[in-house]
Amino acid sequence: MYNENLITEENIEMINENFIEDEQLKIDISETVGDIHVEDPRIIAKNVNVFYGEKIAINNVSIDIGKNEVLAMIGPSGCGKSTFLRCLNRMNDTIESCKVQGEIYLDNKNILEKKTDVVPLRARVGMVFQKPNPFPKSIYDNVAYGPKIHGLAKNKTELDEIVFNSLERAGLLAEVKDRLNSPGTSLSGGQQQRLCIARTIAVSPEVILMDEPCSALDPIATAKVEQLIYELKENFTIVIVTHAMQQAARVSQRTAYFHLGNLVEVGATEKIFTTPQHKLTESYITGRFG
Amino acid sequence: MFFIIALLGVSGYFAGLRKSLIIREKNTLHSTPIYHGVLLAVNSSLASILTLVVWLIIEKNIFYELKFFREYLYFLTFIVFSFTATLTYNKIKHEFKARDNLEKIIKLFLLSCSSLAILVTIGIFLSVIFESQKFFNTIPIIDFLFGTHWSPQMPIREDQVGSSGAFGAVPLFTGTFLIAFIAMCIAGPIGLMSAIYLSEYATKNVRNFIKPLTEILAGIPTVVYGFFAVIVVAPFIRNTGEQLGISIASESALAAGLVMGIMIIPFVSSISDDVINAVPRNLKDGSLGIGATKSETIIKVIIPAALPGIIGGLLLAVSRAIGETMIVVMAAGMSANLTANPFEAVTTVTVQIVILLVGDQEFDSPKTLAAFALGLVLFFITLILNYIALHIVRKYREQYE
Ligand SMILES: Nc1ncnc2c1ncn2[C@@H]1O[C@H](COP(=O)(O)OP(=O)(O)OP(=O)(O)O)[C@@H](O)[C@H]1O
Ligand SMILES: [Mg+2]
Repeated sequence: MYNENLITEENIEMINENFIEDEQLKIDISETVGDIHVEDPRIIAKNVNVFYGEKIAINNVSIDIGKNEVLAMIGPSGCGKSTFLRCLNRMNDTIESCKVQGEIYLDNKNILEKKTDVVPLRARVGMVFQKPNPFPKSIYDNVAYGPKIHGLAKNKTELDEIVFNSLERAGLLAEVKDRLNSPGTSLSGGQQQRLCIARTIAVSPEVILMDEPCSALDPIATAKVEQLIYELKENFTIVIVTHAMQQAARVSQRTAYFHLGNLVEVGATEKIFTTPQHKLTESYITGRFG
Repeated sequence: MFFIIALLGVSGYFAGLRKSLIIREKNTLHSTPIYHGVLLAVNSSLASILTLVVWLIIEKNIFYELKFFREYLYFLTFIVFSFTATLTYNKIKHEFKARDNLEKIIKLFLLSCSSLAILVTIGIFLSVIFESQKFFNTIPIIDFLFGTHWSPQMPIREDQVGSSGAFGAVPLFTGTFLIAFIAMCIAGPIGLMSAIYLSEYATKNVRNFIKPLTEILAGIPTVVYGFFAVIVVAPFIRNTGEQLGISIASESALAAGLVMGIMIIPFVSSISDDVINAVPRNLKDGSLGIGATKSETIIKVIIPAALPGIIGGLLLAVSRAIGETMIVVMAAGMSANLTANPFEAVTTVTVQIVILLVGDQEFDSPKTLAAFALGLVLFFITLILNYIALHIVRKYREQYE
């Protein structure tokens, strides 16, 4: 009544039921609708399959991710967004039961090959998580952590520069510059998340993966992070998973809609939100905004 | 006697059941008939047992003559039973809250069970304090706590020459801490590293294999460890020492400390394992996600995050090492040397308590009373250690919840 956009459990259930009905109508979701290719790709994923044990979680997904674009991934809970995102920097390696097949090219190198060294890969493809997770260290050390382990700074002055620069770019410097030595956990949730972003950009990655980076934040902190994402796209390729449709609309150029492990539709964000081609995409988008 | 009460109780149950069933025919009941029956049985049985107990206590302690009236006891119990039974029976009406009453009785019963543990602890504590008090009447507390000479022989007769008895506890405590220190030097690093291996590197299969094995280590009786120390470790250390040209007593702090260290490895390892596993996964992911290796992540993120918990666990282990007796009795010797040299024989507080109390003793000589004083100090030390440790561990848990 007072908030029609509020996602209640009931209407999620309703949406899910709709999907099941749709499935019974045999809507084909194994082919991706829309443009999976872009002109100037940084990442090219080809026929990616992911299994957790016997269970398939990502089914034959192919998609390009362009340079300097923000790609938003949306879809109902459990459809495999996080799983796919974690393939892009091989974070799925940390899960014992998880197997990934297919090819993912980062600048023409297949990162899914066994011989790929994940340490430099993860420095190039950084990740920001759903829950802010600052290390139990000072603010300064949180940001300096990555540059230190990758040996990016030759001396203290260079390290200082990287830290200040990253904090500045994460829009956090002004708020924390007098207390760089207090613990990272003493910051507010939104500040912590921006600290985590600063920590990620401190190793100067080319790609930043964000898994629902704002879901633990209040609207004001969310707006700040969104603004940040918008600015970061000048220099980075960003892939963001989000449940907030408006957020996808605000920050991304392209949107990919996942459903039950399949990439159903991908295309320019405005197109996805105004004239979705696939029935499932449409019911997902309209279902939420009624 | 208790059998009879049980029989009566059962019949009471059926009586209550019947009456309430009859009432239910005409009227709604607040509680189900079963509650009425049980309440009647429990009420009257408890009352009669209470009568029995009170009678026996009075007989044993106050009125010994009561013994001659034993046959009336049965009679009395029976009367009490019938009286409470009738009382409860008459109370059975449609609105009588049998269920709530029974609930109260159960609650009281459970409460008394849990307070028993507390009462016993308090009792032990008070008796130790009381006995120590007697000890400190003969030996000044300052001499006891800060004296450096321990030879607890009191002259039996006034005119006996020689030993006059010295009760300086310092050598005992240095011995205790020396051994605990050696034990922690072994158990700390090994336990911690095995925990790191188990929680971060081992695959599920390896983990399922190793974990039960270390738990078996924890189940070995300490006497067996003591054995092991005397028969294997101590000679080994002595021989090695000889070859290196160091003279090592056949009973040495080192042997006892080593074996005690082995004994507490599983303890340290399982606590550290829990603590490391409690470090949230997303912290680990955060570090791995920007390209840190596994060992970098462990050293720079997981250990610092788990540190308070690990320290708490180590403190708990120390307090166990301090309280341990059997290994030290067998392997560390009995001579109260004030030394920090691990190759010499030392003795510990617990060992001395054992020695003081073993054999024929009068229970009011300073020698035996000294045991209580030692016990008191030991109790305080472990209490403080445990308190600090648990406090740290709890703080740590809260931080990640
Ligand atoms: N570690 C795991 N082991 C087994 N199955 C998993 C694991 N992680 C995810 N899955 C399964 O894989 C599927 C996709 O999960 P994923 O976390 O990628 O979904 P998601 O789209 O990110 O959902 P959400 O929006 O709720 O975050 C789900 O069915 C989930 O149950
Ligand atoms: Mg997810």
